[in-house]
Amino acid sequence: MSDATGNAPAVPSLASTKRVRRKLTLFGAIGIALLGVNLACALFGSFLAPHPPGDINPGGAFAPPSGTALLGTDYLSRDLFSRLLDGARFSIGVAGLATCIGFLVGMSIGFTAAEIRGRLDMAVTWAVDVLLSFPPILLALLVIAGLGTSLPVLIGTIAFIQSPRVARVARAVALGIAALEFVEVARARGESLASILIREIFPSAVRPLAVEFGLRLSYAVLFMSSLSFLGLGIQPPDADWGGMVRENLPGLYYGALASIVPGVMIGLLVLGINLTVDWLSAGADAQMSEELR
Amino acid sequence: MPPLLEIQGLCVEGRTPRGHWVPTVRGVSLTVAPGEVVALIGESGAGKTTVALASLSYMRPGTRVVKGGVRLDGIDLLALDARARRAARGKDVAYVAQSAQAALNPAITIGEQVAEPMRLHGIATREEARCRAIALLARLDLPDPAELAGRYPHQASGGQQQRVMVAMALTCQPKLLVLDEPTTGLDVTTQIEVLKAIKDVIRTHHSAAMYVSHDLAVVAQIADRIVVMKDGAVVEEGPTTDIIAHPREDYTRELIGAVKPRPVGGSVNFAVRETAPLLTVERLSASFARPGFLSKHDIASNVLQEVDLTIGRREVVALVGESGSGKSTLARVIAGLHAPFAGRVALDGRPLAARARRRDREMLRRIQIIFQSPDLSLNPEQTIGEAIGRPLKLYFGLRGRRRAERLTELLLMVGLAADHAARYPAELSGGQRQRVAIARAFSASPDLVLCDEILSSLDTIVAAQVLTLMRDLRARHDVAYLFISHDLVTVSAIADRVVVLYAGRVCEAGSAASVFSAPAHPYTVLLLASVPELRQGWLEDVVAARPPTRVQTGAAMPRDLGCPFRIRCALAIPGRCDREPPPERRVAAGHVAYCHREVTELRAAPV
Amino acid sequence: MLALIIRRLVLGLVSLWAISVLVFSATEILPGDVATAILGNQTTEEARAALIAELGLDRPAHERYLAWLDGLFRGDLGTSLATETPVARIVSLRITNTLVLAVATAILAVPLSLGLGLLAAAYPNSLFDKSLTVGSLLVISLPEFVVGLLLALLLAVRLKLLPAVVTSPDFTSLTGLLRALALPALTLLASVQAHMIRMTRAAVLDTMRRPYIEMALLKGASKGRIILRHALPNALAPIVNVVALNLGYLVSGVVIVEVVFTYPGLGRLMVDAVSARDIPIVQATAMIFCAVYVFLTLAADVVTVLTNPRLRHAK
Repeated sequence: MSDATGNAPAVPSLASTKRVRRKLTLFGAIGIALLGVNLACALFGSFLAPHPPGDINPGGAFAPPSGTALLGTDYLSRDLFSRLLDGARFSIGVAGLATCIGFLVGMSIGFTAAEIRGRLDMAVTWAVDVLLSFPPILLALLVIAGLGTSLPVLIGTIAFIQSPRVARVARAVALGIAALEFVEVARARGESLASILIREIFPSAVRPLAVEFGLRLSYAVLFMSSLSFLGLGIQPPDADWGGMVRENLPGLYYGALASIVPGVMIGLLVLGINLTVDWLSAGADAQMSEELR
Repeated sequence: MPPLLEIQGLCVEGRTPRGHWVPTVRGVSLTVAPGEVVALIGESGAGKTTVALASLSYMRPGTRVVKGGVRLDGIDLLALDARARRAARGKDVAYVAQSAQAALNPAITIGEQVAEPMRLHGIATREEARCRAIALLARLDLPDPAELAGRYPHQASGGQQQRVMVAMALTCQPKLLVLDEPTTGLDVTTQIEVLKAIKDVIRTHHSAAMYVSHDLAVVAQIADRIVVMKDGAVVEEGPTTDIIAHPREDYTRELIGAVKPRPVGGSVNFAVRETAPLLTVERLSASFARPGFLSKHDIASNVLQEVDLTIGRREVVALVGESGSGKSTLARVIAGLHAPFAGRVALDGRPLAARARRRDREMLRRIQIIFQSPDLSLNPEQTIGEAIGRPLKLYFGLRGRRRAERLTELLLMVGLAADHAARYPAELSGGQRQRVAIARAFSASPDLVLCDEILSSLDTIVAAQVLTLMRDLRARHDVAYLFISHDLVTVSAIADRVVVLYAGRVCEAGSAASVFSAPAHPYTVLLLASVPELRQGWLEDVVAARPPTRVQTGAAMPRDLGCPFRIRCALAIPGRCDREPPPERRVAAGHVAYCHREVTELRAAPV
Repeated sequence: MLALIIRRLVLGLVSLWAISVLVFSATEILPGDVATAILGNQTTEEARAALIAELGLDRPAHERYLAWLDGLFRGDLGTSLATETPVARIVSLRITNTLVLAVATAILAVPLSLGLGLLAAAYPNSLFDKSLTVGSLLVISLPEFVVGLLLALLLAVRLKLLPAVVTSPDFTSLTGLLRALALPALTLLASVQAHMIRMTRAAVLDTMRRPYIEMALLKGASKGRIILRHALPNALAPIVNVVALNLGYLVSGVVIVEVVFTYPGLGRLMVDAVSARDIPIVQATAMIFCAVYVFLTLAADVVTVLTNPRLRHAK
């Protein structure tokens, strides 16, 4: 009889994969709701804002909430609420785009290394390890100081930082799948590398990779906001939420909402992503969704 | 005498991934008398493990007892509180798991794990426990018990690990021993030793035992009574001799029928060959060593060594061997999935490229492979239709309606329905998935199908059905098989020729009839003798007749220039067998063995 | 086993070398007009050229790289372009501050999170576990600077317990130390802790799913014994990796926290140096941070080998 090792494969097993609709938990619902609201802000925020984000509000700097300014005003006496809605597209959009690019690049590299193996794989693994030894903040500091703070540079930097991590995870996932017999059957058919990656490996990798995507996205949002807080992100007069915390920092000592609320908004967005990711990765043969080597 | 274990009307439910509770054990009742060995027989899903674990008052997460009672020595196990439960487990009733490799903690030494139950239940001090552990290991025929106790599980072989588990269960001298498929993962030649060890030690300790298995022949060697289970209910039960000789229920009869008589050869055969061979393998050597930057090639890592093999058109060649023999690797080399470092493979005389990607499409089409695990050989994200349809498109360019028609043809050919094409693998049973894999292989209209242990993961009855299918298909199509298996009984039902592999070398090759009726190589003899027969007393006979081996089975197989079987061979010649590769000896027409001994010496050896 | 460890060490050294190349090349893309930055916009072309020659900025890149590398080995980190003091001196002043902060945080964070993570895994889905999960989820969703600011708001502004800004930490007295470190350390602690608790819990739960744990249960072992004697030795490797990874987060987090609280540490030095284009400082601080990262992962790998019997004793 077969050698029963009792080890669960790293990929969701057949029993649980197809057509199992997961029950929506409370936290999962909250997560999705938060995500939805944020997405809506990002997409429609500029249109929904009661005032154009640059408009000066009569209430004066750091004014408390009033009829014309739902959450009060910022340091230049602009409506906080409108600026929040406007800033959403940067906080989410830049992070989202950067994550997508980084994900595509990392996934291609990771998958290819996993399938080809041999010396290429060893070289890729080593290169990824070296890149991962670079504290990301440091890398961003250097690149941005060198190339400026334009949007393409920001997006490119964050994407570049994400790709080694994604490559590592994608490689691990692909290795797990590539060892399975249906992939061997495809290889025995003489299928091309691309065909094997796309047709055989990728569909089974979707779930663990979706979880990883969520984690990368939340990291990107946090990282982006940290950069803006350091003054290296979105430049004035535009502002994402991290930048808004920075510019309104003097108001902190007066307890002005403008200095804290943008930070809380970041937290709500990331919370939404994390809750959704947790809900997605619950149950099933737990692929270690967090970064454990 | 009151029964030791009494299970009455046990009903258990299990939870599906969706969250519903479905019954998995339906009203099972059975008893075990003190000192008695009762076997629980059935296929997967019968609920045997659940019943076995219930005897330890343990329910796996996701299962719950709905009704019924389990009494051990009069005590209601299911009503115990946590502390009482812990006190009973390991002391009054002990468990031996199926896979020792998984059930032994890799971070704790063998000795400490074996001694642990004694320490847990306060029966012995540390020193005493250690001594007793070593004594038990010795009782189970383990070599160098004192040294073994200091080692970690991964440093012991599969058979040794299994015996360690048995020792671990016996330390507190439990009244009841629950053994859950303890020999299932082992090679057939190892199984015998472990089985014997278990039987002896149960007798000496006067413990009762519940032996769970799917293998009737194995169970017949050790059980006093047999309980047959199917789909969570008891089908039949009675003394072993009765069940085997006079089964009352149909299901029991089916089970018995699936355990065919031992291979005698001279079965199903077709008039074969005399035309040029279809596939030739010449002096093939392969290894798993990856190209390091510095290391030279190490012969100790060879998986296959100078293997010669031919397959004729429409011929079924069985490749037989146990774990570590390299048989699966040979299939993968032929399929182009693994590159050999020496030797060649030729189809119709034309050499095949080492890697599948370099072979031309026509060559790829003519050789197809079916793997062992029905769970993993189908892409879970593709429908059956897509899985079978891909070769149709790739090799024949079929599309649209013509492809759909051919698809239906193939599905019907393997005994599935046409509407299965729209389903996903998760919706099919193991046997059905394997049929799909077969249909996929045949969709290419191949000349050669490599069958890598395709029956090993299936239940006994299902496996028998799939085997029949393979025979039918072979009769109707112009196709040859390389049928890889460790199960000689199966092989005897389908093979024309047999090639026996040990540690990467060919030991013996010849027609099935010749090899089974008159095996020459000592390993083949050992292998054939190790296949359990469905009669009580077979175990004793075999053990008595076995020539004394110098070394325990399970020691590492030497891989070098000499014969790898020498450390287990009673006929080994020191100075020759460990230095030179064994030469080919002609045993009969078309039957050869590779041994340093002459054929006459081999014939004269005690069997 | 020794071979494995040596191989890992060599790999670490090679990685460190590769990083030095990366660091050097990355600073090359900084617009090299340090001369103008020092002399001001009104300077003449000759003055600029002279300064560039004097600072040796006109030599080809690989020469400068080798000279820099050579300097690193000798302990000579170069001279700050802005202040003309030896980089080594500047760095050594700041590095103590950062070390104190990082070590203090690590000493608190590691035992606390491991313990909490273990407890949570021991009683999964209990009220304790659930609240811990929710709590850590909330914390890791907030960026570090927001956590820092919230803490500052609460402790410094509202409750006036601590200074919100630390310009010259007084390490000579215990109260001085505490007052200087409290807010930055608490901020760092919060985020690192949250990550570590979650990961530890996941690692231990994963180990608890293995068949040998069920076997221990069936032998009659108690829950405590199972966790400590059976699960923990096997969970050590992933836990060590968790710790190493999070200590790495610490390294990044230090930068942000120092900026938020204007703490005079290495991180803030680096941020300021990047803005000022003071390349030698940037290179030196970058190498230090990267070296710490490499060392941490190396240590984690070595501990993994040491705690895994399969790797310690070959078959």
